[in-house]
Amino acid sequence: MSVFGFKINEARVIDYDKTDKRILNYLLENEPSFNLCIFCGSCTATCSAGNFTDFNIRKLKMFIRRGLVSEIATEAEKCMLCGKCFLVCPRGVNNRNIILKVRDALTKIENHEI
Amino acid sequence: MKSSYFVWPFTIGLIALLAYLFVRFAVWVYKLEKEDKARIRKNIFSVKSIQAIKETFIESLLHHNIFKTNKVLGYMHMSLAFGWLLLIVGGHIQTWVYYNSFSNPVYVPIFFEYFVHNKTGMLFGEALTFTMDFILLFILTGVALAYFKRFYSKLFGMKKTTSLKLGDKFALTSLWLIFPLRLLAESTTASLHNTGGFLTQNLGNRISGFIPATTFEPVFWWAYSISLGVFFISLPFSRYMHIPTEILLIALRKWGVKSKQTFDSFADVELHACSRCGICIDPCQMSSSGVSKNTPASYFLKSVRDKEINSYDALNCLMCGRCEENCPVGITTTNQRLAQRINQANNKQGNFSYLEEINYQAKPDVIYFAGCMSHLTPGITRSMIKIFRKAKINYWFMDEDGSVCCGRPQKLAGNLKAMEQLMGFNKKRIVESGAKTIVTSCPICFKVFSEDYNLGIEVLHHTQYLNRLVDQKLLPVQADNKKVVYHDPCELGRGAGIYDEPRKLLTQIAKLIVTKHEKQDSLCCGGSLGNLEIEATNRSRIAKDVVDELTRTNPDVIATACPLCKKTFIKVASVQVLDIAELIAMSIPEPNERVEKYKDITVLQEELV
Repeated sequence: MSVFGFKINEARVIDYDKTDKRILNYLLENEPSFNLCIFCGSCTATCSAGNFTDFNIRKLKMFIRRGLVSEIATEAEKCMLCGKCFLVCPRGVNNRNIILKVRDALTKIENHEI
Repeated sequence: MKSSYFVWPFTIGLIALLAYLFVRFAVWVYKLEKEDKARIRKNIFSVKSIQAIKETFIESLLHHNIFKTNKVLGYMHMSLAFGWLLLIVGGHIQTWVYYNSFSNPVYVPIFFEYFVHNKTGMLFGEALTFTMDFILLFILTGVALAYFKRFYSKLFGMKKTTSLKLGDKFALTSLWLIFPLRLLAESTTASLHNTGGFLTQNLGNRISGFIPATTFEPVFWWAYSISLGVFFISLPFSRYMHIPTEILLIALRKWGVKSKQTFDSFADVELHACSRCGICIDPCQMSSSGVSKNTPASYFLKSVRDKEINSYDALNCLMCGRCEENCPVGITTTNQRLAQRINQANNKQGNFSYLEEINYQAKPDVIYFAGCMSHLTPGITRSMIKIFRKAKINYWFMDEDGSVCCGRPQKLAGNLKAMEQLMGFNKKRIVESGAKTIVTSCPICFKVFSEDYNLGIEVLHHTQYLNRLVDQKLLPVQADNKKVVYHDPCELGRGAGIYDEPRKLLTQIAKLIVTKHEKQDSLCCGGSLGNLEIEATNRSRIAKDVVDELTRTNPDVIATACPLCKKTFIKVASVQVLDIAELIAMSIPEPNERVEKYKDITVLQEELV
């Protein structure tokens, strides 16, 4: 007899206990202000790069929490480091350094250092 | 001519030091880039070399720049450096006169008093002995100040002094001992042979009363020689390496070698020419506002020298340039830090191919480039538009629909490849437009446009441009009575040397009040893009300190010329913070009252942003 019940589409599940936390942990160690983010989206609204292309720091931060390494790599390429995002941040998140540290973490992953 | 075994520590030390310096200097010069070597070849047999000798005399011996910082500190350095040279020269003159020969062993002038006990018949014998005693006294006052400085640095206009490593301790101890030991050695000899001057003879007679001079004479001369030998041997491993290196640095600079962004042989010479005097510690706002102890240039350069530099320390600096302004040796500390950032930069620097899709079509006379930061302070861009319209200029607001970053923030992060990409994009658009002038509201953009872009057209900051419009009577401005203080943005002032235009504009529209920190000495607002690591609270802490300093005279307005400074100050200031462009736009007389009301609303909206 088949098991009765609803089936969950496995591919869509984000299990925060099993996500790849390498970038997140690296960030929390090297730019702890990452933890202050309330996902208000001010950084994204003012973003210079976001003005010209599909780039969303808020989304990038969510990817980091979810550990989606390849998506993070594509997103982190677009930032121009102009620094508007940290100026508008109501929580004082050092967004500009987050981008730099994410790139560092990606290099470290490639070199199997983390 | 007599000899004694005690001269060997000194002689061996001196020969080892000279050999080491010869090799070291040769390697430095050999490793310079080709163009730099060509410059040296061109200038070495010219008046530039004489200028180098003159500067070496003024800076390395008289320490003119340190005198500017503090007279006591300058005197201390001068007495040690210049006094020591006089002592050596004096010793040589004595030797030449006494032996009537120019070829004497190298140690004789140094230990002259030990070897010569009968000066009768010596030309100027008495006068020379007196002079040598006088010079020794001059140096000893400097040494006494040096002891004192270790324990009480405030006298020297310094709140903090540098900490030491092992090689420094050896060198410092031996340096402190050299001259007191020389005094003791010469005094005991004087008491035995009656050959001393006013200082050594009197002291010699005193001490011979309670210690046996015959026993102690060789002890003191040995100790004197050993302290010299230890100082010479430890010099290359200590901060005193700056003494010979500074001479090379001055010569290289005079011969036309310039500091670059990347770390080359010249940068290495600069690095070793840092005396770690610590004059950069007090001007550093990261240090004075209590944010970071390790930021001041002397600590940073030390960590680079000892190969202990890490990414955090390299990035945790406002790059305001206050240390460079105050450095008595003239080390380009900002370039030094930039070079380390470039060395450490990640290969992943971004890909901005998406920018290729943007197309501009405009044929203006003047391009207005507001810059990213000005988009966060719309009062500035609105004022500039009003001014352009009022002066009837054929302008084009290039980044009206959003800025493509100028590239300087990338440079400050060490990402030169990304900077090239962004510069390439902007440069193409600017050149294609055919404009003759580009005006920018942001000093950060201004610096990169004028230094790195090679646009071939006139690059102006808006303060320069507005000054020109007012001079040409294209802008009718009206003065009023509000009290204004001006805050020099780092990138515009120390970064690009523009101090006069903003002040000239402000005196035409308001009452400009002088503050404690003007021009080269101006403070950094703390908002700097140069610092990648600083936390938001610490930025505000620095900004608060600066605003407190600026508002001491109770001004009505803090005027600045940088959107980033404005944005940073607004968060902590209780008085109005306005850009010069806004003040100018407000001072243009309006024909009717309706517009006057609209003007007030503009300011209100701005403050809400």
